[in-house]
Amino acid sequence: MNESTVVTEQKLGGRSGPFTLASLLSRYGMLLVLIALMILMSLLTPTFLTADNLLNIVRQMSVVGIVAIGVTFVIITTGIDLSSGSVIALVSVVVATLAHPGEYPLVLTILAGLGIGVLTGLINGTIIAKGKIAPFIVTLGMMTAARGAALLYTGGRPIGNLSDSFRFIGQGSLLGIPVPILIFLFVGVVSYLLLNKTKFGKYIYAIGGNEQAARIAGINVDKYKIMLYAYAGLLSSVAGIILTSRIASGQPTAGTMYELDAIAAAVIGGTSLAGGIGTIGGTIIGALIIGVMNNGLDLLNVSSYWQQILKGAIITTAVLIDSRKNRRK
Amino acid sequence: MNPDYILELTNITKEFPGVKALDNIQLKVRKGTVHALMGENGAGKSTLMKIIFGIYTPDRGTIKYKGEEVKLSGSKDALRLGISMIHQELTPVPEMTVAENLFLGREPTKSFGWIRKKKMVEDARKLFDSLKIDIDPNARMADLSIANMQMVEIAAAVSRNADLIIMDEPTSAITEREVERLFGMIASLKAKGVTIIYISHKMDEIFRICDEITVFRDGQFVGSKPAGELNPESLIQMMVGREIKQVFHKDEAPIGEVLLSVKNLTRKGKFRKVSFEVRSGEILGIAGLMGSGRTEVVESLFGIVPPDEGEIFVKNERAHIRSPQDAIRYKMGLLTEDRKATGAFLPLSVKDNMIVSSIDGYLNRAGLLKGRLVNDMCGAFVERLNIKTPSLNQQIGRLSGGNQQKVLLARWLLSNPDVLILDEPTRGIDVGAKAEIHKLMSRLAKTGKAIVMVSSELPEILGMSDRIVVMHEGEKKGELTRAEASQEKIMELVYR
Repeated sequence: MNESTVVTEQKLGGRSGPFTLASLLSRYGMLLVLIALMILMSLLTPTFLTADNLLNIVRQMSVVGIVAIGVTFVIITTGIDLSSGSVIALVSVVVATLAHPGEYPLVLTILAGLGIGVLTGLINGTIIAKGKIAPFIVTLGMMTAARGAALLYTGGRPIGNLSDSFRFIGQGSLLGIPVPILIFLFVGVVSYLLLNKTKFGKYIYAIGGNEQAARIAGINVDKYKIMLYAYAGLLSSVAGIILTSRIASGQPTAGTMYELDAIAAAVIGGTSLAGGIGTIGGTIIGALIIGVMNNGLDLLNVSSYWQQILKGAIITTAVLIDSRKNRRK
Repeated sequence: MNPDYILELTNITKEFPGVKALDNIQLKVRKGTVHALMGENGAGKSTLMKIIFGIYTPDRGTIKYKGEEVKLSGSKDALRLGISMIHQELTPVPEMTVAENLFLGREPTKSFGWIRKKKMVEDARKLFDSLKIDIDPNARMADLSIANMQMVEIAAAVSRNADLIIMDEPTSAITEREVERLFGMIASLKAKGVTIIYISHKMDEIFRICDEITVFRDGQFVGSKPAGELNPESLIQMMVGREIKQVFHKDEAPIGEVLLSVKNLTRKGKFRKVSFEVRSGEILGIAGLMGSGRTEVVESLFGIVPPDEGEIFVKNERAHIRSPQDAIRYKMGLLTEDRKATGAFLPLSVKDNMIVSSIDGYLNRAGLLKGRLVNDMCGAFVERLNIKTPSLNQQIGRLSGGNQQKVLLARWLLSNPDVLILDEPTRGIDVGAKAEIHKLMSRLAKTGKAIVMVSSELPEILGMSDRIVVMHEGEKKGELTRAEASQEKIMELVYR
């Protein structure tokens, strides 16, 4: 905030000022939860608070985190994308066949992967915007179809034998930092700029805030919706490429349920299903909360069944908090 | 206590934040009569009806029903006492059958809540026969005409043994033949001793079926008279009153060339062959009752729902406007009637609400917003329009209605239109903000913009307009200059 944003004489009488506990909690609540969770885990286990383990958490969460950033864009417009996990699988099997040693240049492989993501997103967006069909249904259809296409393409078998250069994407490090984390960071920064500093981002918020008002304000809502789903598809394919490289094989079953983890991360991070509200920072925090929890509970030898139950409870609680926050306005 | 009266309201007052909707209202309704409620839009009729039906509780005043004081907290109380309401917008469950709708919430049941469907259909048939209604109880509600849905609602009221039925503009969406049927029904209800409160804008209906008429104006009680003592002229007098109390800020502005003209604009079922023009420096008022087609005309003008026929000219050039984007390209702006539904982005900041229609002006070559410039532009408008907000980043939803409206005005001013269309620009905002918006309108006209203002408030129309177009039931009924216009003249055009 710079000086010119402070305007007119202010009457704040009675209303909560900027530094009350309540406003602090509503603004940084999930960040505080993440910090509390990290303190708790480092007290309970000796191995949690080590550089290796922390990098490991972020590396593991980078795939879901990237998907979650795309999904954040979608949820801000009151949409949903259920197809991301299946798109990951489709991208995975296609790039794997192009990534055998010495066959195609790496750039071409990556471009093909990204192209598939954009294409599925364009299909989603066009049907949603032009066909006026609920995003839930359209992306549910894409989720089923893309998974089927991935299985059909490989006959249900995984594809191995990937080149070293391709495997570097998911397994390599630069300056001691794993490449997936660097890509995650890059996607985060670009998406932050897109959402907050460009026309595209402002229009996304406007469409989510009030679609009819957005039309009347002169926004080509259909066009921006199509672009939005294409961007979400693009990020799914980025995640798909990283995942394929990390596990060093193209798997038609890769990314199963990732769409739900991604939606969970966005929602825990404060993205409102009612539209118009959500931030990239919040979603990244949401993804890290899930990551820290999974990791910490693993270290504590808590069964994965219990982990699922806990995760479910946290998602529901986050939405409950969100809806109460909105109701109080 | 007077046994003649079924309903007596005394000194009813109801305030909403910023508006006194009802101020010391009196209403006495005689048993077994049809009692008309009249008044312009915003006179307080709907609020009063909601109080009688238990949806609102009054801040002050007493309600006596059948001679006893009652407190209603919800429509359930009203229904139990024998008060029913036929809503302006009917609220049946469209996918269920007529019989199911008729007995909604009080279905005849066997043990375990099992519904006795056969008995329900039989009861419905008996009820319809006794009322001479010819509707199949097994039909799907959605397949019925609006008039028939109304009949079902009335039958439901009768089956609840309602003694008092409130009808809120029951003839607004039905054909003439159906109106006759409805009046026949009202007559037979009256013969049975049922009392009816009848709200309508239609003079001829009022004088045909009503025994007594009560008039409200601006939330105040004007008077009650037997229908026989009134005629349309004296009733209009009662409705509009004589003086205009408010003072409007209106400056003389030089009137220039025609910026917008509309020829024979038509949208089927909404309005027919509407023509007018507006010049630079001019404020054109569009007056008419709710449902007269005024809002639909400006919607079509702005491309929200393109017209079926007719031509629009911007600066004497034929303009093809098929979407709001087209309208904005022709340098038009529209402040919509319903701020919350079609204007504001409630979760977003004041700043983001302001810049959305002019965002291309603040982008650098890389397509990124120039934050400094945005803050300066928005900050300047916050100051110019005296918008009370703690910061530009405040959510617009947390501002008062008047300040929200000013933010939306700023949105259109930032896009610098030649023609600014304002649909109910001061609805639901406080007096101070109202005056400021009027002042701003005057100032904008002075800078050479053309302003089209739709308003339900006759004083506002008269106070601000250079010229007035009067609409009624989808047609332009006439045009008045500022000098010749008066409340009576406008109402005469409406009811002619």
